[in-house]
Amino acid sequence: MDDSLRELYQEVILDHSRHPRRFGKLERATNTAQGYNPLCGDRVTIYLIVGQDDRIADIKFEGRGCAISQASASLMADMIVGRTVAEAEKLMGGFLNLVKGEEVRDLNGEDREKLDVMAGVSAFPMRVKCATLAWHTMKSALEGGGAAKTE
Amino acid sequence: MTAQSSIQPAFDPVAARDDFEILAKKVYAKPLVYLDNAASAQKPRQVLDTMRNFAASEYANVHRGVHYLSAAATERYEAARETVRKFLNAAAHEEIVFTKGGTEAINLVAYSYLMPRIAAGDEIVLTVMEHHSNIVPWHFLRERNGAVLRWVDVRDDGSLDPEALDAAIGPKTKLVALTHISNVLGTVTPLKDIVARAHAKGVPVLVDGCQGAVHEVVDVHDLDVDFYALTGHKLYGPTGIGVLYGKAAHFKTMRPFNGGGEMIQEVTRDLVTYADPPARFEAGTPPIIESVGLEAALDYLASFDRAAVKAHEHDLLMYAREAVRQFNWLRVIGDAPGKASILSFEAEGMHAHDLATILDREGVAVRAGHHCAQPLMERFGVMSTTRASFALYNTRAEVDVMIEALAKARKILG
Repeated sequence: MDDSLRELYQEVILDHSRHPRRFGKLERATNTAQGYNPLCGDRVTIYLIVGQDDRIADIKFEGRGCAISQASASLMADMIVGRTVAEAEKLMGGFLNLVKGEEVRDLNGEDREKLDVMAGVSAFPMRVKCATLAWHTMKSALEGGGAAKTE
Repeated sequence: MTAQSSIQPAFDPVAARDDFEILAKKVYAKPLVYLDNAASAQKPRQVLDTMRNFAASEYANVHRGVHYLSAAATERYEAARETVRKFLNAAAHEEIVFTKGGTEAINLVAYSYLMPRIAAGDEIVLTVMEHHSNIVPWHFLRERNGAVLRWVDVRDDGSLDPEALDAAIGPKTKLVALTHISNVLGTVTPLKDIVARAHAKGVPVLVDGCQGAVHEVVDVHDLDVDFYALTGHKLYGPTGIGVLYGKAAHFKTMRPFNGGGEMIQEVTRDLVTYADPPARFEAGTPPIIESVGLEAALDYLASFDRAAVKAHEHDLLMYAREAVRQFNWLRVIGDAPGKASILSFEAEGMHAHDLATILDREGVAVRAGHHCAQPLMERFGVMSTTRASFALYNTRAEVDVMIEALAKARKILG
């Protein structure tokens, strides 16, 4: 098999997409946003509870989409819970660098290792938007909600 | 079905492949298997050479200059129109308008024909299998003029019941707008029957022929359609050109679409009068080189027995349809009798984009997504489908490559 395919659809990704973590709705969310990829119709809704201390106390997501978009949302939800808004945004910056194949800055070793499963996306330029949808939506939720699009 | 048991059609796709340089290309070091023809077809050298030679030796703007090249280019442009007229069996050249594509052709009808004739509460009848290009222009009239869109469902196999469509046509219906062939399901609509029913109620019919003109021999006179829109690039021709056929009686009564050069009789500071059709609807410099390319594409198609080409495409469809039966995780969407060579399917547990990505790495180009037909996706309860669409140059061997790639995708994702 093509190595880049093996890298893209590695077991961790498929596991996240089949058994997404933190999938569902938060009834008492302080911040929500919907993301939509008009190219493929993928949708994601992010629910956040952001505390007084600017910390993301809880996060859940709902959505339908390809393995990459679902895995990315699941991984993101898993990783940003408990972080401050500033930390989440920093993580997002590193993630975007990673999937776009750019030089990765601002990621500590542990985060880098966790996110590295998504690095295979950089070999598939047409699929980068699938990977970034949930993250853009999360950012949009932090900025006051509304709709995020990948275009 | 096996390759041995098939009757050899009187058309040789392998020989035709030589006309398409791009088909020899490798992607990811694998032979290209191009099955995205419903999105856009590849161009034979006959088209590319004609365009190049024209641009290199006869090109100038049309209908303007008195000089030699302008006259030569005008002649070629009008000759292309005549070729299109014959291709559609239209009665007169003024019934053939060049547009920049199928989308513009439909928008032209929405703006110039229907908008002045529609009032709040008037209805436009559409089918759920329309492409967005035959939906959104009517939404504009809903938004601007209060028009009501009446949707006609398809049967579960994707076929269209003419009686259901007939039943949707009421006293307030101002237009029926439907596709000739669904770009997702491959369904061929019973146009003649539908047009007769609509006309019996005094309602004109616009046909989106972007897929239809590729796979069916179109006779607008026999079908008696009021408008027929097609695009060049799906017909093995260039991008940037399409055609709107319209009955002369309609065109004569219609206001211009775009304003600009070429479409006027006289312009003063206070007044403007418009040219007769087709010039009235061709504002600005038209797609001149593309018109010559489209003509070459139609000539190319005409060089084959179209019935044999259709039989070949149908054979590919049936061969693929049979082959995918081995995958119990795959659901074909659209099984209408007599459908065109478009195979859409949903794969259990696999998103179309993941599937298409894996197929791509095997060299197989298919389309994944909603195919600009979101109401249809909703009808079949899917977010997206994977679509393989076959052209005259595809072969059974290519279908085999796709089937192997599908099995591989299942292994990776399933």
